Amino acid sequence: MTAAHDYDDIPGTTVFDAERARVGYHLNMFCMSLMTPEHRAAFKADERAYLQRFPMTDAQRDAVIGRDWNHMIALGGNIYFLAKLFSTDGHSFQYAAAQMTGMSQEQYAQMMRSGGRTPDGNRFRSEWK
Amino acid sequence: MAVIYAGLATSHVPAIGAAIDLGRTREPYWQPLFEGYEFTRRWIIEHPPDVILLVYNDHASAFSLELIPTFALGCAEEFLPADEGWGPRPVPPVHGDAEFAAHIAQSLILDEFDLTIVNRMAVDHGLTVPLSLVFGQPQEWPCRVIPLAVNVVQYPPPTGRRCFNLGQALRRAIVSYPKPLRVMVWGTGGMSHQLQGPRAGLINQPFDNHFLDTIGPDPESLARIAHIEYLREAGSEGIELVMWLIMRGALDAHVRTVHRFYHVPASNTAVGHLILENAGART
Repeated sequence: MTAAHDYDDIPGTTVFDAERARVGYHLNMFCMSLMTPEHRAAFKADERAYLQRFPMTDAQRDAVIGRDWNHMIALGGNIYFLAKLFSTDGHSFQYAAAQMTGMSQEQYAQMMRSGGRTPDGNRFRSEWK
Repeated sequence: MAVIYAGLATSHVPAIGAAIDLGRTREPYWQPLFEGYEFTRRWIIEHPPDVILLVYNDHASAFSLELIPTFALGCAEEFLPADEGWGPRPVPPVHGDAEFAAHIAQSLILDEFDLTIVNRMAVDHGLTVPLSLVFGQPQEWPCRVIPLAVNVVQYPPPTGRRCFNLGQALRRAIVSYPKPLRVMVWGTGGMSHQLQGPRAGLINQPFDNHFLDTIGPDPESLARIAHIEYLREAGSEGIELVMWLIMRGALDAHVRTVHRFYHVPASNTAVGHLILENAGART
């Protein structure tokens, strides 16, 4: 049981605090390893084999293989570490953000060009019900 | 003695760096953004710094989860651009000022800011995109840069109040350096944005505009903003704005806003930019 936080009631948002960092440590360190061309090549050659180098949970490995970004965040992933993974795939932050919001990249880009997601109605979980 | 004559604030969105590096700055999407920095590119030629103390955050490039310093001062002679997953940006190495940085580190620690001293550190888009926005694409950066990296990746970052106070200590450190250097302090990151989860894409224009209007005349009120307010109102990554308060703390109580720019969007982010001149500075 983890302590309650004042940010727990922000909808659609996972704050990467010390507890999340503990849960996601090896998932994020796997992503960090993709900072070198050699490791990126090894990962692309055999993703499952490469992931075995890191003491991650099977659920974390499956989320990586499936590129399920929200699930990776739920399992302790942090967006700046996950960025190494989607960059290895040749994708941008905007691609990843669109994936996490369930929009197409074009729909998401249009929302941003129109001024972004307003905070009105998006401050509290109770507003999303 | 070293003198601080101005501060600069700017967002440091990675897609801006990509647009510069790929020659896309005149495309319709990007042109309005780069237009907002044209004044600055002229101003900096007329008011050139010897040294920039550049406050930014590392994005899991130099620091992984192995080591998470809240404040880290770059004390090396050189900092190379980081490989952030797609190869290093094609920008020059950043030249530090090791002697000045050592003085600043000693002054800050004795002033009770227990920062981390870093002698080897790759610098990512958080530091190089602001340099590119202001200086363009030179063969060499035209001045020395002392990086001050602030943790905003693992929650909690330092409070706005702590950052403002650090800025004031930074000012004492800089002006006590005996060499006659002209120094700027830059605060980077922000403005409102959220990169993660189903709420990604959050932009809060009233919050950002209030921040831009208030940081010059009344930084004390911004230093009181609690973390929960940044998270809820400005998005989970908008909390980077605490770094602007380090810049502001290093300036005079009275400053002149000589340039103000706000633009939505750059990729996922609201872009804010200010130049603040010390009211008493002879620039």
